[in-house]
Amino acid sequence: MSASDSSSSLPVTLDSINPKVIKCEYAVRGEIVNIAQKLQEDLKTNKDSYPFDEIIYCNIGNPQSLGQQPITFFREVLALCSHTALLDESATHGLFSSDSIERAWKILDQIPGKATGAYSHSQGIKGLRDAIAAGIEARDGFPADPNDIFMTDGASPGVHMMMQLLITSEKDGILCPIPQYPLYSASIALHGGTLVPYYLDEASGWGLEISELKKQLEDARSKGITVRALAVINPGNPTGQVLAEENQRDIVNFCKQEGLVLLADEVYQENVYVPDKKFHSFKKVARSMGYGEKDLALVSFQSVSKGYYGECGKRGGYMEVTGFTSDVREQIYKMASVNLCSNISGQILASLIMSPPKPGDDSYESYIAEKDGILSSLARRAKTLEEALNKLEGVTCNRAEGAMYLFPCLHLPQKAIAAAEAEKTAPDNFYCKRLLKATGIVVVPGSGFRQVPGTWHFRCTILPQEDKIPAIVDRLTAFHESFMEEFRD
Amino acid sequence: MAIKALDYDTLNENVKKCQYAVRGELYLRASELQKEGKKIIFTNVGNPHALGQKPLTFPRQVVALCQAPFLLDDPNVGMLFPADAIARAKHYLSLTSGGLGAYSDSRGLPGVRKEVAEFIQRRDGYPSDPELIFLTDGASKGVMQILNCVIRGDGDGILVPVPQYPLYSATISLLGGTLVPYYLDESENWGLDVNNLRQSVAQARSQGITVRAMVIINPGNPTGQCLSEANLREILKYCYNEKLVLLGDEVYQQNIYQDERPFISSKKVLMDMGSPFSNGVQLVSFHTVSKGYWGECGQRGGYFEMTNLPPRVVEEIYKVASIALSPNVSAQIFMGLMVSPPKPGDISYDQFARESKGILESLRRRARIMTDGFNSCKNVVCNFTEGAMYSFPQIRLPPGAIQAAKQAGKVPDVFYCLKLLEATGISTVPGSGFGQKEGVFHLRTTILPAEEEMPEIMDSFKKFNDEFMSQVIRRVKKKTEKEKNWRRSQLIKILSPVKCPVTMVEKPEKEEEEECTTPKAEQFRIPQPLECPRAPKPKRRRGGDHSSLVAPTISFQTL
Repeated sequence: MSASDSSSSLPVTLDSINPKVIKCEYAVRGEIVNIAQKLQEDLKTNKDSYPFDEIIYCNIGNPQSLGQQPITFFREVLALCSHTALLDESATHGLFSSDSIERAWKILDQIPGKATGAYSHSQGIKGLRDAIAAGIEARDGFPADPNDIFMTDGASPGVHMMMQLLITSEKDGILCPIPQYPLYSASIALHGGTLVPYYLDEASGWGLEISELKKQLEDARSKGITVRALAVINPGNPTGQVLAEENQRDIVNFCKQEGLVLLADEVYQENVYVPDKKFHSFKKVARSMGYGEKDLALVSFQSVSKGYYGECGKRGGYMEVTGFTSDVREQIYKMASVNLCSNISGQILASLIMSPPKPGDDSYESYIAEKDGILSSLARRAKTLEEALNKLEGVTCNRAEGAMYLFPCLHLPQKAIAAAEAEKTAPDNFYCKRLLKATGIVVVPGSGFRQVPGTWHFRCTILPQEDKIPAIVDRLTAFHESFMEEFRD
Repeated sequence: MAIKALDYDTLNENVKKCQYAVRGELYLRASELQKEGKKIIFTNVGNPHALGQKPLTFPRQVVALCQAPFLLDDPNVGMLFPADAIARAKHYLSLTSGGLGAYSDSRGLPGVRKEVAEFIQRRDGYPSDPELIFLTDGASKGVMQILNCVIRGDGDGILVPVPQYPLYSATISLLGGTLVPYYLDESENWGLDVNNLRQSVAQARSQGITVRAMVIINPGNPTGQCLSEANLREILKYCYNEKLVLLGDEVYQQNIYQDERPFISSKKVLMDMGSPFSNGVQLVSFHTVSKGYWGECGQRGGYFEMTNLPPRVVEEIYKVASIALSPNVSAQIFMGLMVSPPKPGDISYDQFARESKGILESLRRRARIMTDGFNSCKNVVCNFTEGAMYSFPQIRLPPGAIQAAKQAGKVPDVFYCLKLLEATGISTVPGSGFGQKEGVFHLRTTILPAEEEMPEIMDSFKKFNDEFMSQVIRRVKKKTEKEKNWRRSQLIKILSPVKCPVTMVEKPEKEEEEECTTPKAEQFRIPQPLECPRAPKPKRRRGGDHSSLVAPTISFQTL
């Protein structure tokens, strides 16, 4: 590359790009991951470079990269829709389940001209939105309108769209949980708004206290910030808690009273691992309180990347937008239309996860077996890892009630903190780097999600295949013991 | 009840300002009519498969196998798929880490980026670095990422051709930047005159705008022209002298319908020019799977290649890409297939060559039928579609039509296009959605309707147009006199383009609001060259304007 950074003769240099771009951070793919990729390259050339033979990526909720298999039925339908000529071949009946063929026909009939290679309506193909609305209705017991559904390339573009809509300047604030999934902080930074933090209470299993919301809201208002929305991630990322229905009612009332848009990140709705908790959508909670369109502006995000399906690479998702006036809705539609539409196979998959095979369908048995197999294995992995973490000296870890992550708290010795400072890095970053270099395990430092100042955490996914979990536990335990040995005060 | 959470007044002003005509009023009306059972010919979006173009077989076979990799283990897979599709599916799956269901590198699969780099190298004869190629969900996402990086506030200007593809105006508006228009010269088959650029830039600078980047669309959308090598050299030299990043929208590079001016990439011309240009001009070029003979719009696949961007800027762009995690993986594979299609000798080669050639040759014939058809109509003149997918005829609306439009509360070309839609079912986009000179009206159609339907479509267009023209002409009193004057004034306008950037004025009338899906109609006005007024400072809801600059807001006619 001939252009050097200091070259001021070029129109675009680091000094002259949008400062909001420089400001935003996204730790899930930050420094630690870059080091990991380098180590992986080294291992390819020399197997004996490090005391481990592979990198184990626990940094990102990307299940299929760690060996999780896709749900067969979904993929059958997608393959048939990708190459529709298959539907005319008799040999297809030998290779595909009969209900996948039926479903592919049904979906193609909903696409004008059966053209899966065409741009669709900017909100997504109407027939697919009908299926999603029906799925929401079946889940919640309250009606859903396909015109409220905006299909997106994964859930993230929906979050961006809402931030774009809500944020004009740094005077506009968005209440976000701390710790939070950094999509929120990054998106707020990119759009030039202010993140108004509310702290989840680690001592009560990452509880969300209304008193904390009120306190932070008032504090922000006293600084001249107009708080526009409240983001809630349920089940929590990175914190893994599942909100109680009672708590959700309080949140709904709070938003209604304070005039806040409720941004409900519900992408982990299928990932609940404990019998004493159940996922309730905010829409269902609001409707069961008797609140309708006029009472609450609510956006619910869903994705094909999580759940038992874990189809991250498809970039499918949707947001259900309720409680907005029609002129605002038109603006959302316009923003969606600038990007033309989301990808069609992602759209098809989003409709499939909301309308999976039913009892009696040809694929039902195998579908249920695959789904239950994945979810029960995730529950076991969550439990094993949580127990192992809690056995470590100076580590406490709340259980993962849902989602895909554990977020243990590290009570680090002063010596370790001093050593981190000497390296000009945050103590949790220091720990995670050490962990990576000693074991090949990639986790994300808590700083990337933000945390109560003075506390240190890391986020670890529960996604490595089950047969690898014991080895991970062993390596992690051995590393932690030697780390404490080295730095114990 | 308490405070309203979000109403129209409290929305981000940049969102409200942003306009996107391709899916505006005309499209919505067409959808309504379709629901009522009327046959609609959608020529508003370059969406070939929606108009019956069949997907190429080979790439669909490969992607179907990648969707259902368990088929690869089935002994009967050979009954449904040719061996080269099976081999290619295995190849692409091996480039992923977990198949189509896993996030890839945020820049796209390294293996596919390598194939893209090899394609660029074959095309241009110069090396290309996969590390400087990012795959995206369609080219639009890439344009947004780059503009987001460039635009700091309304003091930053982006040079955009007028007429332009409204992605640019919409994105610049969303990002709060300033669009600096430069006019393409219709009388020179939409040629790009560098003198024109100079005037636009001088004008913008006199208003305190820092012009940072220039967009070219080659082949042109909606204008269909192919830029010559000499013209590209001039442009690159200009960018070098003025320190502008060049954004080369080259998504129509496969769509060429004449032999005199083949597509030549900006990168190749830049490299041919040698130092100091080849290492001094920053260039980002965009490509997609949505156009060409592929037309795979629904996949949302694209890439951009960066030239001469400093590594640390590339890192920042990577960081922003990483927030979106990764582009969709099946479209990445489509991109891989597009840049490395079957080769002679492969089992699928003959079929692939036959299909792609068939599509391109038919498009070439359709481009001709359409241009000729428009030129046979009363008060319609149309440049030949040298490339891309569109025809952009000028509709010379007589005063009677303009008056009738005014009475209906419509912009004249919107009025015309609505009448056309109601009468014939042909759904077009009015020229005002792309920007055009004041008093000159166009419409954009794609050349994509099926070839066998083309004569009938052009007949029904001609019938409508000629009736429309005679009706409105009849309505005007003293018609001959006025017609003559009008024709003369139009002629002058066409021969001597006003070389001054447009500024926007708020439209005083309110009548738009009843009809429009997007609010606050605003209109172009072309001021006299020496009397360009400073544009009104855009209204701000409240604080938060980071810039003290008074920037002209440029916006496109509401549809």
